[in-house]
Amino acid sequence: MDWVRRSNIVPVGVVVLAIIVLWYAFAIVLNAPWQQSVYARGEIVDVPIGQYLTDLYSQQRPVLPAPHQVATEFWNSVFMADPSTPRSLIFHAWITLSATALGFVFGTVLGIGLAVLIVHNRAMDRSLMPWIIASQTIPVLATAPMIVVVLNSVGLSGLIPKALISTYLSFFPVVVGMVKGFRSPEAIHLDLMRTYNASGAQLFWKLRWPAAVPFLFASMKVGVAASLVGAIVGELPTGAAGGLGSRLLAGSYYGQTTQIWAALLMAAGLSAGLIFLIAAVERFTGRAMGAPA
Amino acid sequence: MNSGWIITAFAVWLAGWGINEALVRVRTKDRVLGTAINVAVPLLFGVTLVVIWEGLVRGFSVPAVLLPAPSVIWARIVASLPNPLWADFQQTFLKSVLIGYAIGCGSAFLVGIAIDRSPFLKRGLLPVGNFVSALPLVGIAPIMVMWFGFDWQSKAAVVVVMTFFPMLVNTVAGLNATGAIEKDLMRTYAAGYWQTLAKLRLPMAWPFIFNALKINSTLALIGAIVAEFFGTPVVGMGFRISAAIGRLQVDMVWAEIAVAAIAGSVFYGVIALIERAVTFWHPSVRGGRTE
Repeated sequence: MDWVRRSNIVPVGVVVLAIIVLWYAFAIVLNAPWQQSVYARGEIVDVPIGQYLTDLYSQQRPVLPAPHQVATEFWNSVFMADPSTPRSLIFHAWITLSATALGFVFGTVLGIGLAVLIVHNRAMDRSLMPWIIASQTIPVLATAPMIVVVLNSVGLSGLIPKALISTYLSFFPVVVGMVKGFRSPEAIHLDLMRTYNASGAQLFWKLRWPAAVPFLFASMKVGVAASLVGAIVGELPTGAAGGLGSRLLAGSYYGQTTQIWAALLMAAGLSAGLIFLIAAVERFTGRAMGAPA
Repeated sequence: MNSGWIITAFAVWLAGWGINEALVRVRTKDRVLGTAINVAVPLLFGVTLVVIWEGLVRGFSVPAVLLPAPSVIWARIVASLPNPLWADFQQTFLKSVLIGYAIGCGSAFLVGIAIDRSPFLKRGLLPVGNFVSALPLVGIAPIMVMWFGFDWQSKAAVVVVMTFFPMLVNTVAGLNATGAIEKDLMRTYAAGYWQTLAKLRLPMAWPFIFNALKINSTLALIGAIVAEFFGTPVVGMGFRISAAIGRLQVDMVWAEIAVAAIAGSVFYGVIALIERAVTFWHPSVRGGRTE
């Protein structure tokens, strides 16, 4: 039982449990006024406490749905609904996921390309780097509706506009990480390559690139979370076209709180899944490249 | 199509590139000249970019609905600075962002110090906090609008939630950055918990905490603007963007984005300046000065 004491399972479990208990408590506080008014209108008095709680936790549009209501909604819209119809969360998650993946791939390729330019050209380094950093202090997401609408008017719709927003959000961590990574070989390694009479291409592929791989994975984990946010916000102005973002917007228009929470749960799951996937690829690549375990 | 503009844009691009290539090759011992070059190179790049933008938009007569020229955007900023822009800035930045940012970062800082005393809570909350800060938290915007109404309170609430977890994780990590030797030294001085906290552990934690403050400055602005897409009184930067795009007033959208960009950069810059003043002893700050 020693591994239990050393691992974080028990503390994390206690914290998660505490969050769930608090959530149920808050659900009572926040949903009680509505329940009271229902009883007042029906002139029902002296409700037993068990009945009161059952009614409270099964409201159609609660201010704060209880965890089990969110879980039920999640279960129903993920496993019970036909994945090819807009009633299914899988349908929406797939639309968001494809935009995220496309944008993430664009962003990573663009980021690596810019980093290569920056490392090999001093003028690029000096003129581009400050602007790349400044570009992140700009609330890029604010441009999302404009990008979607403007690209729609030139006939580009669907995946591409959302993917572009994801690209913009995910390229930054990759550029910064890769510039650091390409510069991580020490002078002694560069000197060794010079004594081998290595060409510029050989220096890049055999020393700089392998040295940058750990940096690449670290920045990809940040980038993929950012591109998911980009894709979701990019879906807000497109309305009915589908995706987790439009699901959130529809839920907020019609007061379907459980639906919003279920969509949020799905987004959280996607984000965690993508990061986990990259971590798995990282471990695999590390082992293939002979990194210490 | 107006080839004069296109040729001008092309010429400016070549000239800017050439000057920059020459500038970065200048080797100088003079510190002032070195700094001037460091500032001039990115500035020249930015100016070149704007001129190319202007030239290409005019040269190819791109419709203003697609991409307005910088001069058009500038005219729009000047014309609407007092009326919608300042009011929007006040609503979004001065109310939602600053209040939400202060509450979010402040409470996370206090919670961080509190849970630092309990190793059990630290082990339980840190993985959860790390997980939550990777989530697309902007998604809670519609819920906050439902709970706190259309006005700035709901936007501030979104900002609080978005800034809380990065700050919490960084505060705890920063408080853990103190080495055993330094702690032992404080012990030999018979320093109490609060003395150790104020004189050793908080100073060691500042770099981490300022890192979170800088990340949060951007997050806060994004949170406030996106939350306004879900419902707002008829003022605010996010509202203006979604309203202007509905009427295809693209120059207004760009003007609003320019204001947001300036606000975001200044916010970030102010925090970076405070960081330099507070963590003057840190290698990254000292290295930057002597270089």
